[in-house]
Amino acid sequence: MKDLYQEIILDHNKQPRNCYVMDCAHKSADGHNPLCGDTVKVYLRIEDGVISEISFQGAGCAICTASTSLMTESVKGKTVEEAKDLFDGFHHMLTGVADEQGVDLGKLQVFEGVREYPVRVKCATLAWHTLNAAIDGEDEPATTE
Amino acid sequence: MTQPAAAAVTPVFDVEAIRADFPVLHQEVHGKPLVYLDNAATTQKPRQVIDAVTHFYEHDCANVHRGVHLLSQRATVAYESARTTIKTHLGAADSREIVFTRGTTEGINLVANSFVRPRLAEGDEVLITGMEHHSNIVPWQLLCAEVGATLKVVPITDDGELELDEFEALLSDRTRIVGVVHVSNALGTVNPVEEMIEMAHAKDIPVLVDGAQAVPHGPVDVQKLDCDFYVFSGHKTYGPTGIGALYGKREHLLDMVPWQGGGDMILSVTWEETQYAEPPHRFEAGTPNIEGAIGLAAALDYLDSLGLDAVAEHESMLLASATEAVLAIPGIRLIGSAEERAGALSFVMDGVHPHDIGTILDTEGVAIRAGHHCAQPVMQRFNISATVRASFGVYNTTDEIDRLVAGLYKVKEVFG
Repeated sequence: MKDLYQEIILDHNKQPRNCYVMDCAHKSADGHNPLCGDTVKVYLRIEDGVISEISFQGAGCAICTASTSLMTESVKGKTVEEAKDLFDGFHHMLTGVADEQGVDLGKLQVFEGVREYPVRVKCATLAWHTLNAAIDGEDEPATTE
Repeated sequence: MTQPAAAAVTPVFDVEAIRADFPVLHQEVHGKPLVYLDNAATTQKPRQVIDAVTHFYEHDCANVHRGVHLLSQRATVAYESARTTIKTHLGAADSREIVFTRGTTEGINLVANSFVRPRLAEGDEVLITGMEHHSNIVPWQLLCAEVGATLKVVPITDDGELELDEFEALLSDRTRIVGVVHVSNALGTVNPVEEMIEMAHAKDIPVLVDGAQAVPHGPVDVQKLDCDFYVFSGHKTYGPTGIGALYGKREHLLDMVPWQGGGDMILSVTWEETQYAEPPHRFEAGTPNIEGAIGLAAALDYLDSLGLDAVAEHESMLLASATEAVLAIPGIRLIGSAEERAGALSFVMDGVHPHDIGTILDTEGVAIRAGHHCAQPVMQRFNISATVRASFGVYNTTDEIDRLVAGLYKVKEVFG
């Protein structure tokens, strides 16, 4: 259980970073995990293909909140392509074959413990599905289904 | 001189002996002895149920009703005896009033389609309550949308009780059916269904009662309740999944159109005309869940052997202990504080999401449920997305409540 609720996760849950409504957002998307009721809204400003600003609002469990907070820290200042690579890497870490060398996830590595709790994987990935939906400008709310 | 009457023998509720009947309880989860407190989701099965199902597979396996050989006769006798067991357990008058289903959800869908639909016109009303499980909401939503009828909902108080005055006011001359839960799976509230049925009948309105969380916890008497329909699930009452029963007053069943078409629910089939079987077989198309029915009867026999009043008393004690112990933890708020409750204890903890509580409790070997419990409107009523629900069964002990409380303190430790 210590693998799941590490200090950094508890910290980001208690004090989520980039947690505010963005007034001049270029894009936004809603995400919803129907299994447990986690909801998240991601706001973006993209300038010259770079995510210049990102913020979120939401209500959810500690894994979801921390994951969204850390996601915003990870993608801010990255290009859209780099953000998508991070999503693939993150998703793979949680659901794919272990021990495969992928993109450097940095702080996101802290969610590796979620692999052992399959029921909670969707809590961790909701933020990224929602980010994707925001980037792609989809009208339907993002979901983990 | 007359002899004094023999003292009535009260069955001694021996929890340890009961626990010995349930093989699954004796295991470790994440290195700790399992504490199973998710009985409202599904209950564990005693050796007696497992043996009854296995016996069928090993000795009596054949299809029912149509065979001419000995095994088929044994299977049919076992299946129809199971029906009689359910009839007796529910206090019904006639075995023909018991229809086997896949469970509560199918029973409600059956009533919606075969009884209510032909009686429901545009502008008519279906009345349910604000504490229903999705199974007693969605079939009515589907039906009302199809027919152009209105779904009305009795509001609930902040304590999670029904507003009976509102219920009475909502019984209109366009109400064609009332659907009400006997014991709420999310709040634990026990509703005054007998009184509600009397009020509905005064206006000639039939009532369906969802008894899924009532049957496991004490005696049910459908004739005393005078309900028109009563539904429950096998797996919630120590029986197999995929089986349940619908009790329906004979006069209603005789008047109802078939539910599913197929074999076994017919008398004769020609291209010109098909004649349907009498109830209850009219509503049991296809090969039934024979072993499920046998297992369900064994489960009800098991409960009867423990003494239903003793079961109710034991669980009432557990619920009261758990409520007191959990409320003593700082930051806990009860969701569902009705005066009369049974089976389930729902609560939230300040600053910690139920999902996180559930995961940490799991690592301590304690199984509870975190979520909306298929009762999203109830969650919305209390302005929350989810609760932690601990729900009790015949094999739970006060030591297990202590383990739950210790687990909750662990949660507080992790989350500061």
